[in-house]
Amino acid sequence: MSGLFLIILIPFLYAVIVPFIFKRIPQLHTGWFVLPIPVVLFVYLVKHITLVAEASPFIHTVPWIPSLGINFTTYVDGLALIFGLIISGIGTLVTLYSIYYLSKEREALDNFYVYLLLFMGAMLGVVFSDNILVLYLFWELTSISSFLLIAYWYQRKGSRYGAQKALLITIFGGFAMLAGFLLLANITDTFSIREMILEAGGITAHPLFLTSMVLILLGAFTKSAQFPFHIWLPDAMEAPTPISAYLHSATMVKAGIYLIARFTPIFGGSMEWFWIVSGVGLITLFWGSFSAVKQKDLKAMLAFSTISQLGLIICLLGLGSAAMYYGPGENAVLYIPAILAAIFHLVNHSTFKGCLFMVVGVIDHETGTRDLRRLGGLMGLMPVTFTLAVIGSFSMAGLPPFNGFLSKELFFKGVLNASRLDIFRMETWGMLFPAIAWIASIFTFIYCMIFVFKTFTGKYYPQRLENIKPKKPWGMLFPPAVLASLVILFFFFPNPLAQYLLLPAVASVLPDFAEVGLGLEPIKAWHGWTPELFMTMGVVGIGVFLYINFPKWSGIYGRLPGKFRLNYIYDSLLRITEKSFDRITRGYMTGFLRDYLFYIFAFFVLVLAGVMFVLKSFAFNPALNNSISIYEVVLALAMVGAALMILFSRTKLVAIISLGIMGYLVAMFFVVFRAPDLALTQLVVETVTTVLFLLCFYFLPELTPEIRKIGFNAANMVVALGVGLLVTAMAISAQNNRFFAPISWFFENSHELAGAKNIVNAILVDFRGFDTMLEILVFCIAGIGVYTLIKLCLTEGERNENK
Amino acid sequence: MKTNDVILQTVTKVATFIILTFSVYLFLAGHHNPGGGFIGGLVVASAITLLFLAYDVKTVRAGLPPVDFKILAIAGVLLAVITGMGSFVFGKPFLSHAFGELDLPFFGNTEFATSVIFDVGVALAVFGTALSIIYTISEDMCIWRR
Repeated sequence: MSGLFLIILIPFLYAVIVPFIFKRIPQLHTGWFVLPIPVVLFVYLVKHITLVAEASPFIHTVPWIPSLGINFTTYVDGLALIFGLIISGIGTLVTLYSIYYLSKEREALDNFYVYLLLFMGAMLGVVFSDNILVLYLFWELTSISSFLLIAYWYQRKGSRYGAQKALLITIFGGFAMLAGFLLLANITDTFSIREMILEAGGITAHPLFLTSMVLILLGAFTKSAQFPFHIWLPDAMEAPTPISAYLHSATMVKAGIYLIARFTPIFGGSMEWFWIVSGVGLITLFWGSFSAVKQKDLKAMLAFSTISQLGLIICLLGLGSAAMYYGPGENAVLYIPAILAAIFHLVNHSTFKGCLFMVVGVIDHETGTRDLRRLGGLMGLMPVTFTLAVIGSFSMAGLPPFNGFLSKELFFKGVLNASRLDIFRMETWGMLFPAIAWIASIFTFIYCMIFVFKTFTGKYYPQRLENIKPKKPWGMLFPPAVLASLVILFFFFPNPLAQYLLLPAVASVLPDFAEVGLGLEPIKAWHGWTPELFMTMGVVGIGVFLYINFPKWSGIYGRLPGKFRLNYIYDSLLRITEKSFDRITRGYMTGFLRDYLFYIFAFFVLVLAGVMFVLKSFAFNPALNNSISIYEVVLALAMVGAALMILFSRTKLVAIISLGIMGYLVAMFFVVFRAPDLALTQLVVETVTTVLFLLCFYFLPELTPEIRKIGFNAANMVVALGVGLLVTAMAISAQNNRFFAPISWFFENSHELAGAKNIVNAILVDFRGFDTMLEILVFCIAGIGVYTLIKLCLTEGERNENK
Repeated sequence: MKTNDVILQTVTKVATFIILTFSVYLFLAGHHNPGGGFIGGLVVASAITLLFLAYDVKTVRAGLPPVDFKILAIAGVLLAVITGMGSFVFGKPFLSHAFGELDLPFFGNTEFATSVIFDVGVALAVFGTALSIIYTISEDMCIWRR
């Protein structure tokens, strides 16, 4: 697999040509040209399943910045492979689905597919990268592509709001994660995750261990929408439905789970990791399922359900990390199944949630609404969609014969085992885990029932729907049908899946245990009259009862005061920061050039005088200087006179001409010092700039007595004097501070080296030609800058006149 | 108020030619005597500026070839960069120059140097930028006056 890094790069490379395809071939939907990419990736990865499951993982390194230890290392083990398969597999189905979902006439398909491919490449990069800095790069790239995709319909206010919210929260977490990565790299002295795992034993005692762990978890929790950072995910539902199915349920939000699983070998086994990960996961599981019940929008309901399911997986990973505390042996066997359940549920969730999102997309596409209050009785209209919805949501509720039942049972088993832990103070708090998990599962059951029965049964009100399309969307039903058949397939044949995909993934989460054997039993649908089966039966019984009596207890949702809602807090925070920073910026950006010049010169004086003071570089050595002649004295006095004239002149014209005199006097200095080239240049430059000044001052008001009476400004005088003194001091000290060989040695051999007798010109075009080239470049840029500034002002003025 | 520019205009007509000729001399003299691309370009710019002052911008612009000064400046920078890259062909580092002598009929023994091409780029960039700044501002003034 030497070309492994290519699978990450292919989507990026292909994204470059997508806009051209869209422009050139408008007849055919652009999606058909994008579809082969995830298909090829999927097939390529499938071919390596058995190799990864049996042999050691694949690794391939391309040096990138070797001097900093940053290499583009692709690493494929069981865990990465599962994610890679989900990304490319669901990616294929979503692309196919989007071909029928997005109209090729009305939508900007080039943007859509470029962002989609960007995301695909970035996500593959996250799961296949071994170097944490490369991982971080791809991680942020997924945030950015998610931002672009949420704001795909950027004309809508809700899309922009949701995109901004998602970006702010996930990038905040990303920054925290970067800080955590850097701390971790500092502790272990490597950027490679594999090498960190090898050193994992020694880092627990390090004082920065906890800080780096919390920072990295912040990144994972924001990305995976864990409480209290989950608020971005419901707003992200403004994205087109294929994107919600792909990014916001199947792949991107699982990046946090990937990160936690990947770092379990490093942090796992400590009490903080166990409590933070499983605790946050459990709270999110409960809060997500509790909030999902009250949603009226189908997509919002699925968003909260995704939040809660992600919490479930993260909680399981936290519980499973208890095995690391015991190390390989008898005691750990109880907790390893939690990790298996997490990975299994991760796969299952991708199948049934992807299916459900696509079903919602079909309903939205066909009826024009996703509002539960308007929908009802669609069963007769859409029998296939109904079947798919039943499969998906019953699996989510944890009912047989669907794969959700298996992983839900494993989950119950995990929390029950955890409640019997006698470490990490679990002896006192342990019973909370099964209790909360069980309550959350009841709510999960309720919203699953609402999803199916409120939409498809009951009375059908065609007048409430916006439009009914008679066309059968077979292309939109095929992808969810594939996922629904996987939901059933995994129920009946879980063990081949476990053998080739799940167990290798568990082995990479718990590498120490893989060597001595994981000791996992095969997954069975029927496992006797166990406590977890009774729990499931209880969930169904109480869930049905509560669903039927829903109107009687739905009042509890209005109880939480608005001020404590997380969205309210987020909005206020945003408003307050925007306002206060706006005020600060307005405080110093006055719009007056004189203020900006004041800042610039004050900074100049502070920094340079500070450097001069700290380095003690001021030096005055009169012995090095030549004697001063009468010409120089006269010229200097004349310059002082001209400078005073600028200050006290009554009209602008006099001031400009005095400035010109100053320039000519400098040219005279060059004449005295026998530098004809410089003198000539100075004379011409001075002439041209004087004309330019005259032109510019034409626009400015006359120096009326009112303007002249600006008043004495002490700060301005201090800065002005400071600049003058500083430049003088620098000029004097320059004589005594020589760091480099003077370039005037070219003087002796300019004719031999450059064939030129004029040393100045030889230096300009030959010896220091690079300087000259950059100088004319800067000059040219300045000219273009002047041009644009003036043209821009002009249009601005015209616009004001038209008002 | 009607301005009387007769003297300025008459002098300018003659002076411009002298200045332009001088600028060519300055440019070519640069190798061995005071002068060079930078000053050569600037002197041309000042000659045109003088024309702008003596007559008005529109008249002068109509008499000049219709070349955008910005394009001239950019062409100059490009020429300088490309000359610098020319040394790659001979496997030398960026901006290496060569010079040699050649016997030409009529001119006799003449010296050639690749740095002259670079200098043409410098002259063009300086000339183009200086004039484009002055021209933009003065053109702007005409519109404001309306």
